[in-house]
Amino acid sequence: MSSLNKAPISNNFFSYFPIVILFISVFNEFDFNYLKIQYFSFNFIHILIFFWTLKNPNHLGYLSIFMAGVVNDVIVGLPLGLSSFCYLLICSVTAYVRNITLSPNFINDWLSFLFTILLVNSVQVIILDLIFLIQVDYIKYLINTGFTFIFYPLFFFIFNYVNKKIIVKLND
Amino acid sequence: MAAGRDDFVIAFRSAFLKKKDKQKFSLLTLIFLSILVIILSNFNFKIIKIIKMGINEVVYRSSFFISIPENKIKSINAQINEHMKLYDDYKIIETDLENLKQKELSINFLKLENDKLRKLIDESIKSDEILAKVLIDKESPFLKSIVVNKGTKDKIKIGMAVIDRAYLVGKVIEVNYTNSRVLLLSDLNSKIPALLEPIGMQAVISGTGKNYGEIQYTKEEYENEIKIKKIIVYTSGLGGLFKAGLPIGTISADNIKKVNFFSDFKQLEYVKILSFNIESTN
Repeated sequence: MSSLNKAPISNNFFSYFPIVILFISVFNEFDFNYLKIQYFSFNFIHILIFFWTLKNPNHLGYLSIFMAGVVNDVIVGLPLGLSSFCYLLICSVTAYVRNITLSPNFINDWLSFLFTILLVNSVQVIILDLIFLIQVDYIKYLINTGFTFIFYPLFFFIFNYVNKKIIVKLND
Repeated sequence: MAAGRDDFVIAFRSAFLKKKDKQKFSLLTLIFLSILVIILSNFNFKIIKIIKMGINEVVYRSSFFISIPENKIKSINAQINEHMKLYDDYKIIETDLENLKQKELSINFLKLENDKLRKLIDESIKSDEILAKVLIDKESPFLKSIVVNKGTKDKIKIGMAVIDRAYLVGKVIEVNYTNSRVLLLSDLNSKIPALLEPIGMQAVISGTGKNYGEIQYTKEEYENEIKIKKIIVYTSGLGGLFKAGLPIGTISADNIKKVNFFSDFKQLEYVKILSFNIESTN
């Protein structure tokens, strides 16, 4: 009887996949910067948070996102709470988009993503530059936003595959 | 029109205020919490400082352990590249060594002369070096900094110079109990008073966010000098923050504003944190 209630390990693995990847990403500052291609960098965490909070928010809690933001601030050296605020802004947009969307489609999601990362990066630059007086390179932020936008479809495909696996496993 | 506004309000309330089944906090609560954290982290109260240091300690240590596989892959990659270039490097090093041996003789003479002159004016510079291991080096595209494994327990203070071999790489900007953050020279917010030698001109070297620096300010024009002399940038020691004479980099001949740093900030494994004290009886 107890075996019926016990979730197999693979179910747990898929359930915790977004959170595990999120924390590995923030601890490793995962942005492919080490490829040493000039100007090349993208924000994997923004893609991850946007996708999972839009498609399956039950597997990526807001509290985890808040904690991941704090960790990111400490690692990168940003003012404490700034990344959490930016990540939660992404969650706000995805929560709103999820509520107003009746039939989701990829192009709408992608365009919403562009709007979201432009908003989030603008807010971050404004806070850093105008409030904390930390000089930042606007061009780098813009290029980072561009690459993040371009890479969204690739990760959308991968995460969508994992998401379907989670849904199937949980319904088994 | 009213229906449209109602839809917006309903969607907004649902998105921000309602907790979903598996969410422990509403989005709005956490947004306010993050704003509160941003505001509080800027106050210099003792309790906030202690909490911040605690968070930093835990996160830096965790990041160090979680980054072990990534760092291992990076070091294997670097080792393979080094092996591939072994013979070419050997040839270059052989000629460099010969040149250095010749230069060493004249440097020894200059050192002795310098010591004698310092004795004449009764001035002595005492400096201590503390070896530190680089814990976190994330090469963020926006902020250039590293975290090292020495903190207040090793008497590290904010503003101390950090060097790689003999070359300046940055300064300490944040100190925790067992670790500290170093702002690299390449960061946009780094400004170092420098001396351009052999023309003897004071300058301010600023980071650019890239792997080179920039001459932000000089007292006089130096375009003509650079065409005939190779210019090396040293710390000037002005402001009393850094010891004078720490090599920073060379000025590029093709772009006279560009400073090529001697040290490669992407390859830092161990650094030395320098404290110095000028004693004078005059």
